[in-house]
Amino acid sequence: MINRIDVTCDLYSNLVTRPTGAAVRIVIEHQLDEIGDHALAVLDFSHVRILDFSCADEIVAKLLQQYVSQDFPKREVYFVFYGMSESHIYAIEAVLERHGLALVTQLADENPCLMGTVDGEERQIWETMCELGTGGAAEIATASGLDMDRVEHGLDHLWRRRLVIRQDDRYMSLRGVQPAFPNHSISSTETRPRTPT
Amino acid sequence: MTTIINLPPSIDERTFETVLEHLAPIPLDEKVLLDGRHTRWASPYGLTALLTVAQTRAEKPALVSPESEETGSYWARTGFFKHAEELFEMHGSTHRARASGESDVLLEITPVAKSEDVHEVVGRIQQKSSSILVKELNIDAKATMGFAMTLSEACQNIVEHAGRGGWVAVQTYRWQKRLGRRVVVIAVCDAGVGFRQSLESAQGRRMSDRWDDGMALEETVMRGVSRFRDPGRGQGLAGVRKFVQSWDGKFSVRSGTARIAIVPEWDSDNFPLKENLPFFPGAQVQMTIPESVFHD
Repeated sequence: MINRIDVTCDLYSNLVTRPTGAAVRIVIEHQLDEIGDHALAVLDFSHVRILDFSCADEIVAKLLQQYVSQDFPKREVYFVFYGMSESHIYAIEAVLERHGLALVTQLADENPCLMGTVDGEERQIWETMCELGTGGAAEIATASGLDMDRVEHGLDHLWRRRLVIRQDDRYMSLRGVQPAFPNHSISSTETRPRTPT
Repeated sequence: MTTIINLPPSIDERTFETVLEHLAPIPLDEKVLLDGRHTRWASPYGLTALLTVAQTRAEKPALVSPESEETGSYWARTGFFKHAEELFEMHGSTHRARASGESDVLLEITPVAKSEDVHEVVGRIQQKSSSILVKELNIDAKATMGFAMTLSEACQNIVEHAGRGGWVAVQTYRWQKRLGRRVVVIAVCDAGVGFRQSLESAQGRRMSDRWDDGMALEETVMRGVSRFRDPGRGQGLAGVRKFVQSWDGKFSVRSGTARIAIVPEWDSDNFPLKENLPFFPGAQVQMTIPESVFHD
């Protein structure tokens, strides 16, 4: 069972400056601390007008660094970044590139998208996962036409980066994840158990 | 003894160097009088740099305001006199703001010292940008977001690194002779520690034999180096540079005795890096974005 939190980042309408980014990240971290070792966090940026590089670095990069890019991360947390506009993406792409990170973003009424540093084969595996929704390495190898060993390795790497969910020997994409409570602000986030797909 | 320095008829990034040349040899505790009686025009850079000059002087300097009613009115509209009255001993005519169709103050001169000031600047530029940038210059909303983001990062440079407060101003005006179209100009000036000293404060940093203001500017502006060890630092100015370049704009940063610039084709500035300029503390940033880039 994965606990899910929905965080609407509207503590400030303009996410600018490092102190602001740090404040938002700390609130998110506190909420993640309360919901157990397995979590899906949907961070909703639809109410954010401006996101600058410094704030993107403080919120996005530092969150991902803590939870997905260490050998032994604090806990198993998957992030979906929802409602990002083109200007948000501009800042986020820059910080992801700087740190060699990647994330899953879900634009309203569109397919999920992988942003950041991901090699071509892993991207292909991830896209196949999105089409299938859920599956084991063999199914994904068949669907993608890639070699089984490489698919297993690619899936494991994608999971370590928390770009796909792993449960036992099966994987799930983060496709279709949307905020459950779009009007809730970061200070009143809902926390409840729920499976992600 | 008071040294009188005549301000040029037109004060911009280039002509302000003559002011600094005259100012550099004068001891900080010696009185200076900046005579602006015959000044007819000043860019946001010129006005914010004038305020910055006053911040650097130990002895409160004097300033004679422009004789021209039109010039004085514009300076008043930018909010210049409001701040100048606190920093200078003011002489000459008192001017009041009058409406003008030729120049638009997008953001009047605003002090920047702390993070809250950056929020204030970004909030205000959003309000104004919808009415001026979008409606009058046909700038689309996406570009105005990037514009605000750029402004935010440039201002944060003061908060994070300067060690003392600075100034920001934004204006649109028509460059009839140079371009025949409107431009948006952002100036962000401070009299803080400057790029070189900021980088020198980084723990364990090794300086090369060629280490100077020019190299400090190359490191920060071109390579995104910061005094902080956090690899996420240093993205701000690099991001600003990319944004301005992507809109065919000009971006220049002066600090200490050097100035670095990203020069677009439309500009006649042939020196991306200028060194051995008269020393001036802090950092002075200017971004110029021409109107046409917003029309795609």
